[in-house]
Parts: sequence; structure tokens; C-alpha cells
Amino acid sequence: MTAQAFAQQALTGGFAEPASQSARAFRMALAVLSQPGTIRQVEGAAPPAPLSVAAGTLLLVLADRSTPLWLAPSHDTRELRDWIAFHVGAPLVAPANAMFILGTWAALQPVDRFPIGRPDYPDRSATLIVETTALNADGPGLRGPGIRGTARLALPEIAAFRENRRLFPLGFDCFFTAGDRIAGLPRSTIVEAA
Amino acid sequence: MSDSPALSRKDVMGLLAKAAPDRLAMLIANLGPEPEIAWLRPPETGTVMLRGRIGATGAPFNLGEMTVTRCVLRLPGGKVGHAHVQGRDKAHARRAALVDALWQADPQGIETAILAPLRDDTEAARRARAARAAATRVDFFTLVRGEDE
Amino acid sequence: MYVAVKGGERAIDAAHAWLAEARRGDAAVPELTVAQIREQMTLAVNRVMTEGSLYDPDLAALAIKQARGDMIEAVFLLRAYRTTLPRLGASLPLDTAAMTVQRRISATFKDLPGGQVLGPTFDYTHRLLDFTLMAEGEAPRAPTAPIRDEPVPHVTTLLDQDGLIEATPPGEAEPGDLTRAPLELPADRALRLQALARGDEGFLLSMAYSTQRGYGRTHAFVGELRIGLVAVELFIPELGFSVEVGEVELSECETINQFMGSKTEPPQFTRGYGLAFGQNERKALSMSLVDRALRWQELGEDDVGAPAQDEEFVLSHADNVQATGFLEHIKLPHYVDFQAELELVRRLRREALPEAAE
Repeated sequence: MTAQAFAQQALTGGFAEPASQSARAFRMALAVLSQPGTIRQVEGAAPPAPLSVAAGTLLLVLADRSTPLWLAPSHDTRELRDWIAFHVGAPLVAPANAMFILGTWAALQPVDRFPIGRPDYPDRSATLIVETTALNADGPGLRGPGIRGTARLALPEIAAFRENRRLFPLGFDCFFTAGDRIAGLPRSTIVEAA
Repeated sequence: MSDSPALSRKDVMGLLAKAAPDRLAMLIANLGPEPEIAWLRPPETGTVMLRGRIGATGAPFNLGEMTVTRCVLRLPGGKVGHAHVQGRDKAHARRAALVDALWQADPQGIETAILAPLRDDTEAARRARAARAAATRVDFFTLVRGEDE
Repeated sequence: MYVAVKGGERAIDAAHAWLAEARRGDAAVPELTVAQIREQMTLAVNRVMTEGSLYDPDLAALAIKQARGDMIEAVFLLRAYRTTLPRLGASLPLDTAAMTVQRRISATFKDLPGGQVLGPTFDYTHRLLDFTLMAEGEAPRAPTAPIRDEPVPHVTTLLDQDGLIEATPPGEAEPGDLTRAPLELPADRALRLQALARGDEGFLLSMAYSTQRGYGRTHAFVGELRIGLVAVELFIPELGFSVEVGEVELSECETINQFMGSKTEPPQFTRGYGLAFGQNERKALSMSLVDRALRWQELGEDDVGAPAQDEEFVLSHADNVQATGFLEHIKLPHYVDFQAELELVRRLRREALPEAAE
């Protein structure tokens, strides 16, 4: 087996202190999924463009060799593939076989091709890491587990997330990333109609 | 002293990974002070799934795992050394990666100071085992050949 | 009704402290080192590595020491430790034809390329206790002989050339991994072999023995048993090539079974396969027989209802950590469950024996 060796830049940009940095980032990932609508900061990864610090950190923490990943066209570059191969090791696969999905919302369309789990294994579903330009509360109301009353979060659209909620307990879960900030939208959250 | 064939980097890395840790440490110490290194991947211990083949030559199956320690470092001159070594010895992984990087800068010097002695060790160990095995090889001889009447 | 209680922490701490003291034994006797166990209890280490599914002689020796020689407890410790490590990759398939053999025997051919090499075996010993081992002394040195550097091909390749034995299933498909996804039945042969490789040696020995005694007749010859070192090679994506990361000792067994043929296959020999960590030949041999017995459906043989033919039975009960976990949990408090049973039995007795209730 032979292939081309990676450029040196692919070998940089991982965690400097893997144990503490991954524990901290994992805590943030848990926080935003368990309290949908909250926005937190993560750090540690320095991935090549166009991957954000937040999305890169999430990959370092959540993905590994046993979690197949699909790179949407917005993020499918040679540099990023090599960086992921070295630091994460996740095999790159087609959308229907992926456990993690990475890209901009536009590049992810149509989203109904991602795994949503099976009634006996609802956990065999995809987690979407959606890269956005800005994260803020300027969006629809969110209700459901982990939310006291109503929360608000800017979303790229509403219909797709309402449809995803309809599939519960099946469906995909989402992280939104912008710069070094993350937010989460699990399948259990009800997004209010506009 | 064995010959000095032109080794590929793959051969060098294999030799370093399989070297006895104490022996490699001693040979490196003979080189003098170690250069400052920068970690690109600090030593990390994990497992590698060992695969066999069904019927020795057929489709692969998962046999069980093995501990492996890996690291990547960079020398001040920019050479990058990699190591994946069996076991949990992080110092051994660091030394293997260090020599991998040093070899890229000075193949002949490292060959003489480190690789040739390691190769001699490996070969001596192999021959010691093979000589014991050879002593237990059965030489059949015919006692009687009976013919049925 | 029942009363919830809490307690026992002090008793548990004291029990663990006593365990540590008992593990050490008589302090007047020198303490065992992990290196001593690794070097002198090698076959125990091999078994713990194989069933613990982790090749690391030092860790297996430590587990044996910690478990006071309880092999299943040691396997459990190694399995538990394994779960804390990240998986860095999978090796290229091990090339056992390139093994540096220290033992290689065939029961089917007397003369074969590479010869019959006995290696360090218990075979042909008289099983008499050797009291000289009770006295300390010099270890005897094994004799040596001139090395014959010749290839040691697999015996089955000799039969393969004449088409007398079934071909091995080709393919490079990614094999399933039961440490990552729960075992679902029916399992393919790759998954079965993984389960058998991790399986309890005693269980597999009994299953294999049962096939020899007629429970699923698959009369087996040892085509070949080989033990020795095999290099482990790993593809490194960032380098673009594969490297050898070390060497493992393996025991490999190929059994050859007679096969009368089926509607689609001519009469020929069939194979069973066993592979285990370290010198571990009883395990490799047992695995090979059980592998072959489980293949009855694929080969179009009759299901004679033998336990060793029953995939669900064999695969569900081969794992000693699972088995001992379920077995031993019944030692733990079941006060509430039992209270319910007690109530039930009392009520039934009242109904059955009304006069007793008076």
C-alpha cells in the first residue's frame, strides 16, 4: 500500500494538552446539547481553512476511527482530509453511512439522506456539525427537554428541524459552529413555527 | 558487523520499533546530547486490532488487539520523525521517532551508530531461536519396512 | 414490605485490605515480580492475553499477579483495561506463512518442506513431577543445531495445488468487530473466529472434544500446527506507507476434515482454522475443531443437533467474562426479589393448605 505523505501543516493544529482540552471541550458539547439554545466557547484545535476552530475541536473530541464522517462539498479539501486523517482518523464515507456530517447548511442539502437510526437502535443516527457565519439568539423559539420555558437560536431554516422532530425518537442531532462558538439542537427540541 | 544495504525509511522505522528499548537508549546516549524536539503528536498509547486471515490465506478477521504507542516530533532543523511501536513505552516511542528524524538528516551516520548495531542484535536473536528450533527438527529414519505376504 | 438499608462500606474496605494481604501470602517468602510471571508463567500469560483479547505480556502478567492466579479474573482485568485505550488502527492481515517458526508439526504428512520441528513442547514428556524444580539451580541450556534457512510453506498449500482441499474464502472486506457492535446472529465466519479467539479455553476444549466423540462428527486431522513470531505491520496514513510496529508470537492450527461432497461440491477435504496469542496450542486446536463444526450449514452437511453445531449456543456461551459476570452476580444482594418470592410461596401455601393458615 502506498500513498502520498502528508504536508507538514496537516500534522499541526491538534490539542497541545489532549487530556484537559478534550475534557473541557466535551463538557461544552454536552452543555449545548443538554440546554438547546445556549451558546458556548470551545478551543484547542487549529485546523486548516475552511474548518472553524469550534468544528475542528468538536471533531477532535467526538470523532475517531470508529465514527465514519462525511465531508460536504463545502469542506471536502485535500488539506482538511489529511488533517482529519492525522488528528482524528475518522474514515471518510458517503452520507448514508456517516455518523458525523460536516459542512455548511447549504452544502448539506438534502438532509433527509443522513442516518436517523432504527427503532431498535435510535442511536445509530448521524450528528450534524453545521458551520455557520454567526451564532445568536435572533431566531425561532425552542421548547422541549433542557429548556426552561422558551429559548431562541438563529437557525438556517425552520422546516427541516420541525420535520426532524416529527421523527422522534429517530432523527439526527445538530451542532452549529461559528468561529470558536458552538450551539446545539438535539432531535428532541421543538422548533416553533415562524 | 553486517553489511550496510540502502535501507528504506520503512525498514528503518521497523528496525527501530522492534529494537530492545534499553539497547536503543544506550546507542542514542552514545551520540551525545539530544537535540531539542517539538511535539507534533505527544506520545500516546492505544491499541491496534490485529487481523488474521481465515485459513491463513483467506478473508481477514479480527483476532484481538495489541498495545501500541505512537508519537510525532520535529527537530530544530525541520525534519519530522514518526514512531509507532509495540507496547506502552513512551520513552521508546520518543527515541524511535527521534532516530527516524535524525536518519533523514544523516542516513550514513545513523546507519553506522545505531541501525547497524540494532540489525546485528535482531539477527543474533533470530539465529539463536532458529538454532534451537533446528535442534528439535525430526529426522525420520526407517526401522523396518514390512511387506504383507 | 422491605426496609432500604445502606452500609457495608467499612466491611468492604476491610475485605479488600485482607485481599491485598492474602495476595501477598507469607511475607517471609519473596514477592513475585511481574517480570517473573511474564518469563516463567508464560503459558498463563498467553492465555490471559488471548482471552483478554490484548497482546501485552507485561499487562497480562500484572493481571495474573493482581488476580492471585485466578485466570478468568485476570482476563476480566485485562479486558477492562483495554476499554480505556483509544483504538489507533488495524494491522494489515498477519502473514503466518512468513512466521519464524519455533514449533511446526503436521499429523498428515511425515516429510514436508521445512520439516517437523518440535519446539519447546510438553508432548513426549512423561508427566512425572520434576522435583529438581523445587531446588534452585542453573537452568539447562537447550542444544542448538545448524540453521537451515528454508521456507516453511503451509501444509494446506500442498493439498491446494491438487485441488484436494477447499479453497480459502478470498476477499479483503472489512471484517465485523464484536467489540464495537453487538454480535447479531447468524454471524459470518470472520465474526465467529473473533468470538472463538476470545472464548474460554476450557469451553472450547469441551466443545471440540464433543465433536471428536461423535456429537457432530467432523473427524479432524491436524494438517499443521505452527508457533512462532510474526511481524505486525500497520498502514500509517500520514506517511503514505506501512511500517512494522513489532512482533507477536502466535499459535496457528489448521485442521483437515474429510468431506464427502454435496450437490454443488465434489468430495474433497475441508478446513477448520484456529489462531491464538503466544504458545497456546490447545486453544488453537480447539478453536479449529469448533470453527469446522460450526460450518455445517455452509458445507451442506446435516444438522445432527450437536451442541458444537449450534452457533447461537457456542457463541453466546464461549466468553468467560460474560459468563462469570452473569453467574457471579447472583451472589449480590437480591433481598427484594427474594422477599417477593417468599411472599408468593407463603400465599400459595395458604391457599393449598387452608388449615395451616388457621
